[in-house]
Amino acid sequence: MNTITSMKSLKELSERTKKDNQKYSKIVTLCAGTGCQASGCSSIITSLHEELKHKGLTEKIKIRTTGCHGFCEQGPLMVIEPENIFYSFVKPKDIPEIVSETLSKDKIIERLLYTDATSGKKITYERDISFYKSQNRTVLEQNKLIDPCNINDYIAQGGYSALVKVLTKMSPEEIIQEIKESGLRGRGGGGFPTGKKWEYCRNAEGSPKYVICNADEGDPGAYMDRSVLEGNPHAVIEGMLIGAFAIGAKHGYIYVRNEYPLAVKHSKIAIQQAEELGLLGKNIFGTNFSFDIKIVRGGGAFICGESTALMASLEGKVGEPRPKDIHTTDKGFNDLPSNLNNVETWANVPFIIKNGASWFASKGTAKSKGTKIFALTGQIKNTGLIEVPMGTSLRKIIYDIGGGSATGKRIKAVQTGGPSGGCLPEELFDLPVDFEALAEAGSMVGSGGMVVMDESTCMVDVAKYFLKFLLDESCGKCVPCRVGLSRMLEIIDDITKGKGTEEKMELLKETAETVSIASLCALGKTAPNPILSTIKYFQSEYEAHIKDKRCPAGVCRELIHYSIDEDKCTGCGSCLKACPHGAISGEKKKSYRIDDDQCEKCGICKEVCKFNAITIS
Amino acid sequence: MHTEKLDNILETTGKSSSELIEVLQEVQKTYNYLPEDILRNVSEKLEVPLIEVFRVANFYKAFTLKPRGEHILTVCMGTACHVRGAPKFLDEVLGQLGIKPGETTEDGEFTVETVNCLGACALGPVVVLDGKYYDHMTAGKLRVLIQKYRNKSCKESKKQ
Repeated sequence: MNTITSMKSLKELSERTKKDNQKYSKIVTLCAGTGCQASGCSSIITSLHEELKHKGLTEKIKIRTTGCHGFCEQGPLMVIEPENIFYSFVKPKDIPEIVSETLSKDKIIERLLYTDATSGKKITYERDISFYKSQNRTVLEQNKLIDPCNINDYIAQGGYSALVKVLTKMSPEEIIQEIKESGLRGRGGGGFPTGKKWEYCRNAEGSPKYVICNADEGDPGAYMDRSVLEGNPHAVIEGMLIGAFAIGAKHGYIYVRNEYPLAVKHSKIAIQQAEELGLLGKNIFGTNFSFDIKIVRGGGAFICGESTALMASLEGKVGEPRPKDIHTTDKGFNDLPSNLNNVETWANVPFIIKNGASWFASKGTAKSKGTKIFALTGQIKNTGLIEVPMGTSLRKIIYDIGGGSATGKRIKAVQTGGPSGGCLPEELFDLPVDFEALAEAGSMVGSGGMVVMDESTCMVDVAKYFLKFLLDESCGKCVPCRVGLSRMLEIIDDITKGKGTEEKMELLKETAETVSIASLCALGKTAPNPILSTIKYFQSEYEAHIKDKRCPAGVCRELIHYSIDEDKCTGCGSCLKACPHGAISGEKKKSYRIDDDQCEKCGICKEVCKFNAITIS
Repeated sequence: MHTEKLDNILETTGKSSSELIEVLQEVQKTYNYLPEDILRNVSEKLEVPLIEVFRVANFYKAFTLKPRGEHILTVCMGTACHVRGAPKFLDEVLGQLGIKPGETTEDGEFTVETVNCLGACALGPVVVLDGKYYDHMTAGKLRVLIQKYRNKSCKESKKQ
């Protein structure tokens, strides 16, 4: 393969790829992100290949397997171009019909179309679906246009032209200035200005310098970094190259979670392909600039998302954080200047260089610029990945894009920012989502997880869940975090068991504040957020647990009872068969009973009952 | 002691002490867990004190010092899965198999592990059984799934 040495050769390759694609009358885009793989897309891809071969259509129709399109709930997804026809929940048995009808005769298959969550209408084209329509996609947009294992696809979308631009036309100072002017802030949660960080690292003494991509996306409920790295690894690599050139770094690392095997695979392939084209390695573009990237898999520790812990882990050590009085931009990995940015931050860089700082800064709010990807999950209709300008209201995200409640129950809260964030109530849904507004309300943007909760969620239980998580993931190095979180969990555990007291509530708040002030790193400092925000906004739920010994959402096991409504029970016996604890007794065709002593409150009976006869009180 | 497999691993990873985590990942992939004698070897070859090797092996969730079962069931306990009922069916599966997270059934069939997030949040609750993802899980569905794998193992052992 010829290496790329100039803008001209890059453009030629781009044109050639585009021309190749024009040979096909249709391109079938199949999402092969982890979400759609979980829904079984692999067998669809195989079936489609076989069917096209069988019908002799391989010359006319191209299959493009891509990364995540974002609308995971509807997977496996298929988009047929150039028409932009959108099929959801595709199954292997649908393939012959798709080939003979849609691909050969342009006939739409009604049953495979998406049904709008609000109006109930069938929608033919992807662009008309409200989930997509209300978004403003930049980074995510490329996911469906690119086969992540084919560098030519990325180049055909203008990929690596930003790298050529900086290497041939810009000085490192100009690049840093451009990033500063764009207003780009770290997408991993901290929101630190990226240009400033680069400048610190460029001015730091020591050599070699490193750039690191933080792909240790540990926040439960967040998966945008995984999807970007899986679906568009070259954007991350190009961003790192530009950053490395601006900073003066020679080596790069991508530290990626072990739980993301597909992201590891795709980034390895991408690095290899970029090396083959001379876009990574020695004397890139015939200049003096040399840069290499190595992939390092994490060991499954949440704390390694913290910069100093991550760098310790890169060195092969236990991932414990250290105080940050000396910044990692001065002394980071191997005690040398290191610049760490998260996946999404790196992926935004090529777009800023290509389109200019003012283009990026034109989106967003006064202090939070550009677009941000969020993982919208929980009890709403349209779950998936979304990209919106900073400052979009929570209400717009939850109702316009998310389609509102999935269960018909009232949505009462949204949890943002993962374990370091907080729960915001419905009254605050008009807040603009930006770094400052959410922090003021007691939560944070974080890395971009948004878990929507309806009335069936107990907020005390959610607070307990996060505390348990953080205690489990606390590295144990500093006392406030290690011991403080243990004591807090004891108190909140008692509350969920009906043993809480009002005095203990005061102690809980006090401990939370102490942990927040005295902990060494961000894990401990932000750990009380889920507790404090739920106490602040859902005080009544705490009171119900403490005073009335009642869990209003019917979640906390010690405070609930399962029983069978005799009027509704038909005596079908399916609950009796399903109960793994032998807690149900009765005769067929007569009403059944649940023995409270035997009942483990697993909820299987409620799940299998077709007559809605199982009630929780 | 057979160190052939470890030598093969070290050929690809290199013997720098900074490769410790990568080496342990590969050891675990090869042996399904981290055997003590191999860890002693790793310590010698990478010139990392044995106590440090064990510290790292204990610190990271990806590693286990006990042999694991034939089938690995990973239950996602992420927030999105949690609010959609993951804890209920985790208890259920643990009750059914008679083990705690991280443990292996007596017959060596199943190991149940929990993970904080698999990043398939839109499809929660999610479990992974032997690398295959199962979405929108419920306690009932999981029971059927485990039974299916049990039956499969039974059939295979009868064939042999």
